[in-house]
Amino acid sequence: MGFNLACYFSLFAVIVLVLVPFVGAAAGWHVIFGIVIPYLAGFIFLAGLIYRIVKWARTPVPYRIPTTCGQNRSLPWIRRSLRDKLENPENTIHVIGRMALEVLFFRSLFRNLRTELRPWREYPEGGRLLYWSTKWLWIGAIAFHYSFLVVLSRHLKFFTEPVPFFVPFVESVDSFFQIYVPAVYMSGIVLLAALIYLLVRRIADPKLHYLSLAADYFPLFLILGIGISGVLMRYFFKVDIVAVKQLAVALVTFHPTVPEGIGVIFYIHLFLVSTLLAYFPSSKLVHMAGIFFSMTRNMAGNNRAIRHINPWEYPVRVFSYMDQENMFRKQMKAAGIPLEKDTEE
Amino acid sequence: MPEVPKPEELMKIDYRPPERPWMETKPEFRGGRFCNAASPKWLEALDYPYARTWSVTDEDWNLPENWKDIVLESMHDRLNRFRSLRLFFDICVRCGACADKCHYFIGSGDPKNMPVLRAELLRSVYRRYYTVAGKLLGKLAGARELTEDVLKEWFYYLYQCTECRRCSVFCPYGIDMAELTILGRELLSSVGINTEWVMASVGSCYRTGNHIGAPPHAYKDMIDFFCDECEEVTGIRPRPSFNRKGAEILFVAPSGDYFADPGTYTFMGYLLLFEYLDLDYTISGYASEGGNFGYFISHEMGKRLNYKIYSEAKRLGVKWILGGECGHMWRVLNQYMDTWNGPADFLEEPVSPITDTRFENAKSTKMVHVTEFTADLIKHGKLKLDKSRNDHIVLTYHDSCNPARAMGLFEEPRYIMRNVCNNFYEMPQNTIRESTFCCGSGSGLNADELLEVRMRGGLPRANAVRYVHEKHGVNHLGCICAIDRAVLPPLLEYWGLDVEITGIHEMVANALVFPGEKKKTVDLRDRTLKGVEPEEIEEEE
Repeated sequence: MGFNLACYFSLFAVIVLVLVPFVGAAAGWHVIFGIVIPYLAGFIFLAGLIYRIVKWARTPVPYRIPTTCGQNRSLPWIRRSLRDKLENPENTIHVIGRMALEVLFFRSLFRNLRTELRPWREYPEGGRLLYWSTKWLWIGAIAFHYSFLVVLSRHLKFFTEPVPFFVPFVESVDSFFQIYVPAVYMSGIVLLAALIYLLVRRIADPKLHYLSLAADYFPLFLILGIGISGVLMRYFFKVDIVAVKQLAVALVTFHPTVPEGIGVIFYIHLFLVSTLLAYFPSSKLVHMAGIFFSMTRNMAGNNRAIRHINPWEYPVRVFSYMDQENMFRKQMKAAGIPLEKDTEE
Repeated sequence: MPEVPKPEELMKIDYRPPERPWMETKPEFRGGRFCNAASPKWLEALDYPYARTWSVTDEDWNLPENWKDIVLESMHDRLNRFRSLRLFFDICVRCGACADKCHYFIGSGDPKNMPVLRAELLRSVYRRYYTVAGKLLGKLAGARELTEDVLKEWFYYLYQCTECRRCSVFCPYGIDMAELTILGRELLSSVGINTEWVMASVGSCYRTGNHIGAPPHAYKDMIDFFCDECEEVTGIRPRPSFNRKGAEILFVAPSGDYFADPGTYTFMGYLLLFEYLDLDYTISGYASEGGNFGYFISHEMGKRLNYKIYSEAKRLGVKWILGGECGHMWRVLNQYMDTWNGPADFLEEPVSPITDTRFENAKSTKMVHVTEFTADLIKHGKLKLDKSRNDHIVLTYHDSCNPARAMGLFEEPRYIMRNVCNNFYEMPQNTIRESTFCCGSGSGLNADELLEVRMRGGLPRANAVRYVHEKHGVNHLGCICAIDRAVLPPLLEYWGLDVEITGIHEMVANALVFPGEKKKTVDLRDRTLKGVEPEEIEEEE
């Protein structure tokens, strides 16, 4: 299969996912799209994610294999900077620090470099490798994840009564630039821009395009669909917000009802979100939970000080010292090497 | 030996991926790019399954009839034993951050040398047999059947990974290609696919004690020869002991250090240093290998070879163990030995008999790296050093992958170098420390059959050496790895660099001032020191 096809297929799949609720809601299947599918998706999300996590957690970590990116603790006079401690942790506190940097700031991605082989006449082989610091992917990833988080937290106002204290605060910061009525949320714009960057990058970089699967394009198109339907709903095709909140609160309090008169665009948005939830546990998106399990990051580099136990370590066949002495006794004796058992005496 | 394209030819690297999708391309087994199949004798000696005669270039690899079941069963077993395998299969997002971090991709442009795609070669099979989407959607979900072609592709690319872990530094989730390569090679071994180079080294090590197959008396002979050499160039004769019970310290070096130049000068360096200190140590003909080629291909084989070190320390009744300069040796000693063959409760927490420094960082394994030992000596002023004796050397330092990324041993060797040499220059920062580049020949790829792969993989390192060579006149590359010392000379020669490779303890011995020594005019390699007039040498003679 051509991998251009992977991209088109994903786009096509998301278009179908838009059409399904469009047709369904128009046909009046509000209970299915407003209650049954969201519940089902929520269940798959939770059960699937728990299954994944349990599966990882129950698989042993036989060896302690941190990737060390800083000076280790050895001699007392060798200085270890804070950076060393966070990049080559020696205890749990340091590990928490390292993990926090990874999870909150994408530390490793921040290291990213671009390698370039440039023609270089001064060198006899005619080329020189250059390494450029490149932060674009890091910026794109940070922008995407954090704007998504802000958008999500804003959505709490639909599910909660009273609304938690931080939600209005997030909203007011998010709509700081009041350039339109209703107030435009920056997070929405950033989210869409970041998604488009990540998508364009994947298509435009030949290496990346070559290795990308449908599973890489699909989530991007899907989340784009979610973002676009959300933006359309907020700014263009207005829906009955009171009714939406009624439905959302009813869902989370397990008294599901479907109020009349919510626009079809809402059902499209909700269906795409449901798809994302259901898709999540079986996709690469589980990196959200998986990062916490990464043994090259979450283990301390104190291997020689504290013994790591492998629960399934088993005895192996070995070639003992006596096996060797038995094999070479004569020659060893001739060479004046001390023996355990001198048979000629 | 296979022909390797000339450097300027090899430099014409095409980074554009081919038209055909990667699942539809097959590797071409050309000379210089693969290792020969292991001969049955090694496999039999090691109880490895499916020992048979076969050839990589044959269409039919003569696999056992139910090979597919065996491989899948092996994968299943490992998915349940190694969280890393399952996790790293599940969480890769194919962001591509690792792609241009691999020295083999940089040197070849082959897209399957991007760590992400190399991992996909295995992951695609996992998807087909372990995920619902993979079972239902097949290729669309990035899944594919396990076929003989897939197996051959694994063989080709898993033996173009040196387990250097540079990609794992840059991966946002810390996915470790080395882990996947080792486990992938275990899968290949389960149906009798192994390389001659690795299995010969492992088989030799298992029976004689070291990769080069030197039995104890031969090893002792070599050490005697080094003592002669030391005496000839310095006038000092080291007096090491061999298999001696009751010594305080067992010293274990990689066999590369007593096999060939320039590693041998490092070995002479150890001997002279220990002589200077009058250290109570012994060398073993049983634990005569610090390195561990077994680990490159299997956790179990790694453990079987590594067993010798603790068991010999116990038999000889030493207090603790000192280890020489070797890269993957220290990955094993640091991250695996204690788990595999510990606890070493018959040893004592290492204390330097010269400085009384307690090596608390090694309190469980009881094994100290020789650069830690020596850095501590220098810090305490226990060595009389004359730096000017290394003035003919302009030095740079190659961080070996494993001491860098599996230990964090950065400052100890640098501290020593600065104390024994006046001219030390670092290579560009993105090519050293945790971002260091592999020599291109680690993890059992140091065979001559793989010469093209090695020269390509060594390009980033050679190019960084070129930079300091042109800029600072660097003429020596220091390292703490025996494989480096064996493979960097041909690499730098290929790339046209007039730079010698040296171990750190060779530099130490050059600078060491023995009480009442004869006037030094040459270094360990019998090269005239800077500032020494020719007539002075004649006077000596």
